[in-house]
Order: sequence, then structure tokens, then C-alpha cells
Amino acid sequence: MGGELVCSELTKVYDSSKGKRALDAISLAVPARGVLSLIGMNGAGKTTLVRILATQLAPTSGVATIDGVDVVKEAKRLRSRIAVIPQEARTVPWMTPRQTVLTYLMWRGCTYSESKKKATDALGRVGMQEQSDVMNRRLSGGMKRKVLVATVLAADADVSFLDEPTTGLDPVSRRELWGFLEEIARKHFLILTTHYLEEAEELANVIGIMDRGKMVGIGSLESLRSSLKYQYSIRLPASAQVPQLDGVATPGRDGGVQILTNEDEAYRLSQLFLGSGTRFSVNRVSLDDVFFHYVRADIGEHGAQ
Amino acid sequence: MKSRFFGQVTAAVLVNSLYEMRNYPVVLVNTVLSPLSFLLVIAFVSKGGLIGDAIEGGFIMSMFSSGVSLQGDLSHLKNDFKLQDMVVASPTSPFTYVTGMALAELVYSIPALAVLTVLAWIFIHPSAVQALVLVGVMLMMFLSSIAIGFTLATFSSDIVQSFAFSRLISTLFSTLPPVYYPVTYIPLPFRYAAYLSPTTYAAVISQNATGFLSEPGASIAIDWGIMIAVTVVLFLVAAKKARWREV
Repeated sequence: MGGELVCSELTKVYDSSKGKRALDAISLAVPARGVLSLIGMNGAGKTTLVRILATQLAPTSGVATIDGVDVVKEAKRLRSRIAVIPQEARTVPWMTPRQTVLTYLMWRGCTYSESKKKATDALGRVGMQEQSDVMNRRLSGGMKRKVLVATVLAADADVSFLDEPTTGLDPVSRRELWGFLEEIARKHFLILTTHYLEEAEELANVIGIMDRGKMVGIGSLESLRSSLKYQYSIRLPASAQVPQLDGVATPGRDGGVQILTNEDEAYRLSQLFLGSGTRFSVNRVSLDDVFFHYVRADIGEHGAQ
Repeated sequence: MKSRFFGQVTAAVLVNSLYEMRNYPVVLVNTVLSPLSFLLVIAFVSKGGLIGDAIEGGFIMSMFSSGVSLQGDLSHLKNDFKLQDMVVASPTSPFTYVTGMALAELVYSIPALAVLTVLAWIFIHPSAVQALVLVGVMLMMFLSSIAIGFTLATFSSDIVQSFAFSRLISTLFSTLPPVYYPVTYIPLPFRYAAYLSPTTYAAVISQNATGFLSEPGASIAIDWGIMIAVTVVLFLVAAKKARWREV
């Protein structure tokens, strides 16, 4: 799929929200390929944005197009090109994985025999051929999630939306699922929301950072890093003596001290700490750092550390 | 296009009835027992005098309950599994989805309808015309109730609320009104209240068609008119107010 995902002043105010904007004039333009990952705290607006783009929710104002197709005015046209796994989607317990994928494909317009063949293939690709005919209620949480991912794989849609697909999974299952998501994104455009920053870091070509309905930062990890004044992060134990430096030293989220600085200063400080025998680690700033930089103004208000 | 519609409807029938029935056959017992339990009570209390009315009432309740059950099932699939969200973002239209889900409810009613048909054959012996009237009435009841069921389901946000509404609608429209016995059994001031329910008109038309009640032709024509009008209005409300893409 070529084209772009474009949002212009996209705004959503829920009837019950007393005027509070769940989405506040979001404007963006990103290539409609690879993985776009939306990150943000609870209530940041990720799911609202995904639901609007996936034609499930009407915006209050603004325009959004995917590959030139308007998500409101041309929803019917777009729906044949998208597949969605909503947040908190669950497999129906009285169905098997094969039946789950098969019926979803029939809703997407495939014939029964075509759906059956594609379902078998997709379940094989996620390693569930042996469990294909086991009741969903007997599957583990990770397997149930694989079934949902198999529906998207089988749909072979131009654009797939997955809203927090790995929430609650153990680290091994999560990494396994990443492989399937990468497989989808090789051919198609995948829009993914997540609370796991390492997931966005690992999978995304473009990362959108949302905070209280606004898109406060968007771009590749590299470009988001570049937007920060300091590119390097040094971590020290709480007991370490912090020297005079060109940068900022703040209490780290791990209880130690975090120094954010530039490359030359990071090199100088590293030499200094090596010489004094101080334990430290030095890295380029992570998505974690970038995220906290962008939402820092709000951390106190949200009560987060 | 036609085959796609057929496939989408089949998918709904599979999810909402065939797969579920295969795994939880006990749900079938419930759909048979509900209409038959009232029938038995009325038949025993009237010493068999009202068994014909009660069988027709069983048909009406069965069809009306199918539509009301649609509300609970749609709400369950929408809120607990997010299935409706997945279908909204697919080429399936709301009409196709509801048609499939409604047919699934009819599948559940098949055992009850089969038992009632046998009882009707034994105790009513309807002629072809009478059978046609009964089928017409049942169709109207089914359409009215699925319109109500779909509209309410699109607004429901949790399953407890949804099942509470299902029970309320069922009581208001198929238990309280004179569905299993003639409307003339209700004392006059209350009889007017009974006419607030479309199921009362359905029962009057059915009982009149099979000779259990004798109403003037003009009155029956008005009853048909009201029943059809109510169905049309409920469908218009569903088309206008039901939420497919949420707002």
C-alpha cells in the first residue's frame, strides 16, 4: 500500500464528556506503510484515534484520509481494505480458532471454502494448527491473542489496526506476537497502540506520542531523539557524586541519577567515572526518555513518577 | 454480491446459533420451555378450554422472544467480545449483520416452533388460509421485536443492563398482555392498556382467524393496520437511531 495517513484538525468530544476533548485537533501526515505505533498514558486518546481511523467512531470535526480515502465520507470503500482487532477484543468461547477466523473472513466477503482455506493457512502461520479445532475457552491467554492476530493475518487487509494487542501477555508470548506483527507490516500498513515502549521501539517505523488528546510528538525514533536537546543518557547509582556538567541531572525513574547530555560530554563524563571507579551506564536516549520528555509537563498532574 | 451477502449472513448464523447450540445444547431447552410453560398453565387452568388460544400465544411469544433475545446476544457479542467493532470495520453492512443475527435467533426457535406446530395440528387443525394468517402475524411479531432488539443493543454498554432490558421487554410485551387467552377476559378499563402492546393485536388477529374470538372485519383490518404500522415505525426508529458507527 502506498499513500499516506493524513489527519487534519481531527477532534473528538464525547457527548458524555462535558466538552472535554478526547482528541484535540490532531494533524499529521505519515506514510501508510510499515508500523505506526501510538503510545501514551491511559486516556491519552490512542483508542479514540484508532476507532475513528478504523471507521468505528465518528469524529466531532476534522478530516482523516488513508491512502486518499476519507474515513467518514468513504467509510464503505475503506472497510473492504481494513481489518481491526479492538482493545479488549476476546475470542468467543464457544467457537474454535478455525471457526473464529473463518467467520471473520466470511464477514469480510470471502466464500466459505475460501475462508476455510485461508483460516487453516493463517492458523498454521501463527503455529496453531494443532489447536485449530480446540474450543477457544480451553486456550491460554497467549493462544487466544494469537487467534485474533491470525484473523488479521488471514484478512490480508491493506491496513490493520491493533489496539493494545499484547497487553497482559507474558514477555515470551509478547515477543512471539511481535514476529507476526512484523510479518503483517512487511506487506501492509499496521497501526498499533501499546503501553509497552519497548514494543513501539522494536516494531515501529513511526511513533506517535499522545497526551491528553494531542499528538505531542510524531516521527521515527531517530527523529524523535533528534528533537531532544540531549541525545545521551548516563545512569548512576543514587550514592554517586555528580560532577559539574553540560547537561541535566535528574532523579532517575530507577531510583538512581540520570544525566542527559550531548555526545562529547557523555564521553568526557564516561572517562571521569571510569577514572574514579564509579559504576555507571551510558546509552543513547531511549524511547522511554523521549516519551517522558514529551509528557514531562504532565507527569506531576497525572501523578506518575 | 449476492453470494457475499449470503456468506455474511451465514457467518452470523454460525456464530450466534449453530456453533453455540453445538456447544451449549441446554439453551435449546430454554427456548422450548418458555413458550410451552405458559401454554401448559393456561391449558390446565382453563381445563383445556383455551388450549387453542394458548398454542397461538405460544407462537407469538416464541417469535417475539426471538427478537428480544437478539438484543441480549448482540449486546453480549458487542460488549464482551468486541465482535461488532470488528464487523463494523468490515464490508458487512448493519442490515446484513442484523439479518444474519436475527436468522440465528429463528434457528433457536425451531424446536419450540416444531412442538407448537404439532400441537396446532392436533388441537387447532388450521386451514391453509388460517395458517397463512398465523404465519403473517408471527412474521410481524418477529420483525417488530428484532427492530426493538437491534436498536437497544446498539445503545447498550454492558450485558447486565442489556439482559435487564430483555426481561423487561419480554414481560411488557409477551407476559403481561393477553397473548395466551382472549383479550375479552380482561376487565374493560384494563383492556385499553393491553392494546398498548403490539402482541395484543397479534393475538386478537390469530384468535379471530381460527375462530376463538369473533371480531368484526373492520376491527380486524384496523388491528392489521396498527400491527403493520408499529412494525414500520420500529424499523424506521432502528434505521434512524441505531448506532452502527458510534458517535
